[in-house]
Amino acid sequence: MLYFARWKIALILGTILLGVLFLLPNFVAEDQRFDAQGRPQGAWEYLPSNSVNLGLDLRGGSHLVFQVDMDEVRAERIVQLADDVRTVLRNQPAILTAAPAVVEDRVVVRLSRPEDMTEAMRRLQSINEPISTQMGQPGLDRTLSIQQDPDGRTIRVSITEAAFESIQRRTVTQSVEVIRRRIDATGTTEPTIVRQGDDRVLVQVPGESDPQRIIDIVGTTARMTFHMVEANVDPGPDGQGRMPPGIMAVPTEYPEEPFLAVQRRALVTGEQLVNASQGFNEAGQPAVTFRFNTSGARAFGEATAANVGRRFAIVLDDVIISAPRIRSPIMGGSGLIDGGFTVQSATDLANMLNAGALPARLTPVEQRTVSAGLGQDSIERGQTAIIIGFSLVIVFMLLAYGFFGVASTMALIINICLLLGGLSGLQATLTLPGIAGIVLTIGMAVDANVLIFERIREEYRSGRTVANAIENGYQHALSAILDANVTTFIAAAVLYMMGAGPVRGFAVTLGIGIITSVFTAFVFSRLLLAGWLRFTKPKALPM
Amino acid sequence: MNLSNLALVRYLPVETEFGFIRMRVGAFILSLALIIGSVVAFFTLGLNLGIDFRGGTAIEISTEGPADIAAVREVLTGRVPGDLQVQGFGAENEVLIRVGQVTAEEINAIEGYSAEDGAAAQQVVRQIVQAALIEAFPGIVFDRMEVISPQVSDELRVAGTIAVLVSLFLMLVYIWLRFEWQYSVGAVLALAHDVILTIGFFAVTQLQFNLPTIAAILTIVGYSMNDTVVVYDRIREMFRKYKSLPTPQVLDMAINATLSRTMLTSGTTLAALLAMALLGGPALEGFAFALIWGVGIGTYSSIFVAAPLLTVTGVRRDSGDRDD
Repeated sequence: MLYFARWKIALILGTILLGVLFLLPNFVAEDQRFDAQGRPQGAWEYLPSNSVNLGLDLRGGSHLVFQVDMDEVRAERIVQLADDVRTVLRNQPAILTAAPAVVEDRVVVRLSRPEDMTEAMRRLQSINEPISTQMGQPGLDRTLSIQQDPDGRTIRVSITEAAFESIQRRTVTQSVEVIRRRIDATGTTEPTIVRQGDDRVLVQVPGESDPQRIIDIVGTTARMTFHMVEANVDPGPDGQGRMPPGIMAVPTEYPEEPFLAVQRRALVTGEQLVNASQGFNEAGQPAVTFRFNTSGARAFGEATAANVGRRFAIVLDDVIISAPRIRSPIMGGSGLIDGGFTVQSATDLANMLNAGALPARLTPVEQRTVSAGLGQDSIERGQTAIIIGFSLVIVFMLLAYGFFGVASTMALIINICLLLGGLSGLQATLTLPGIAGIVLTIGMAVDANVLIFERIREEYRSGRTVANAIENGYQHALSAILDANVTTFIAAAVLYMMGAGPVRGFAVTLGIGIITSVFTAFVFSRLLLAGWLRFTKPKALPM
Repeated sequence: MNLSNLALVRYLPVETEFGFIRMRVGAFILSLALIIGSVVAFFTLGLNLGIDFRGGTAIEISTEGPADIAAVREVLTGRVPGDLQVQGFGAENEVLIRVGQVTAEEINAIEGYSAEDGAAAQQVVRQIVQAALIEAFPGIVFDRMEVISPQVSDELRVAGTIAVLVSLFLMLVYIWLRFEWQYSVGAVLALAHDVILTIGFFAVTQLQFNLPTIAAILTIVGYSMNDTVVVYDRIREMFRKYKSLPTPQVLDMAINATLSRTMLTSGTTLAALLAMALLGGPALEGFAFALIWGVGIGTYSSIFVAAPLLTVTGVRRDSGDRDD
């Protein structure tokens, strides 16, 4: 165990050198390592250039998890399905039915004449499309489940679970894209926006100390539509007035007229808007200016030309934010929304319109925000704890083992270098619990050395020579070291898999720490002692 | 200077001969009493669950001068629905405000605020607290704001429990593979003992029980297992070597042989943890105290619970004669 082939020595020293190389960037300011474009410059082009990736609890920022409201999406899809069913059955020659009703996630149709059943089923099957797989190819599963009741007149249509899963996948993916566009537009650096689980989106914004801003940006669906106002219909003060077909009562943002009756059909939608930006209206108040695309411009031009003197309503997420009167046809394809904006809220709305509407409502279910000041404070305290903990352990080892304590001190120093180098190289996130993991690793890392040294002492006491005792000590301690570290590693792995965010950071440092501890204690310190034996040929064990 | 003169351990008795196994009845009674005490504390005092596990809002603020906790409480009382706690935290200018879960109905009853569901309601609480504090104490800094919805806290509770159980199970399997089932039962009973006593520690001290606490418990499980494995490893070795000696005597020899290692490793780990508890700041304090307690308990249980349990589980002396 004490003989090392040349290549083994090279491998060991190479590993340590690699760890030190990965550690190096942490000691050099970021603007020295990277140029203005964020590319490594100078010697850093050829060296590892990334420093430790600090978690939001250390650098400051906001961590939010949003739940995608799939219940709402499901309900909307069923209503839409009822529409589709009606349309396909009413196609000429029309099949007579009672109006398709939505009953508990299903559309129920009752045919007036049982003999239409075959034709009705044929038509419904024609809208039952295969679900496209994730690769975009048509798959085997169908989107709809269509069932006949034994009475021969009733058909029940529902969306299959497989189809719903595909809808959910698409909804979450789209949400991630829209949120990314919206947050990028605010000029934030390095936001993280990823799917979490089946129906959640994780948004991390470093440096953002006001979580409300992100909640406002992400929590607004920003579905915008333009509708004609029906001035002749009275929506009533509470929106409960009787509405003729095709007309609906919509709440407004201003208290003078809490509700307006508008046409259900939208003239144009937010998807037909391009180039929204923050501007000012004639009175100098903040407003959102925009342009329509070609189809939007045509539709809006025709509608305004036919309705001069009437009002139209701009509806954002089911609330009227503005209802201006049409003074003249608006043909240019550009427009302006004013409605009590501040510069900030007008800018945010413009950004949202440009980024597109979210396909579903998102609610914040978890939010953690740390100020940059507290983060810095945590880093400093963590550093102190690491340095003092480290010193205490070294004093302990020197007192306990004298000369051998020096060897384990060197092993511990290398261990910390490898641990921090490993964290930098893997770009794992270092969190506050992660710092705790480092401190703990420092305390536990010497365990392997202690096991070995105790064993060496025992072997020496039983009458072996120094070299023999050291040789046997390493050999006999190995199984205990491995077993003991595997168990701690299992605990760290479980924590990594079950934990989230900061706790995961703890699992990562603990896990890497275990690997580096075993390496430095069992391999590096053995190399040191082998060298010492070779050069001094000691007659007595100095501990 | 010859460094070897420093080696303190030279002056300590190197070969101890404590009769640990003789003490096993006393140790079992003590452990049983502590377990019963922990269970009673858990059911009577309960855990001081942090917002990770009970949902709600936690806000840490710092003021320019020393904080007037009573004034902060006065400003918030009445305005904030739900269970309100205001307490000093860390330095004298820091205050921790915790608000328990509220329902959407409670929020909608407040003039000028509305919430669609439970998740949104917790966010509104944060807004109310922020608005009230900014108005009453200009220049206030919000150091940390955490809002956890009921659904997430429920999930975290389940995930935390599963994590602890899964890790115990994996330890059981690992020890079974490496040793014999008698060892594995002893080790896991000792681990369960450690986990129960740690939970009891949190019930008695009323330290906040949060997500990092689960990390602390799993670390304690790992550490205690580590200690137990070292002792077991030596027991197995000595069983092979001294085939004719009675079991209790072999157990004692193995524990004594590893005793100085057990003490040293506990010592260095405790030294590092002490640095974390005293210097790591309030955020790491609870975590560090839990680990300090756990390392102590884990060390005790390896010597006084895990090893003596082998006399009860009836370990087979001839097992594992293969020499590896």
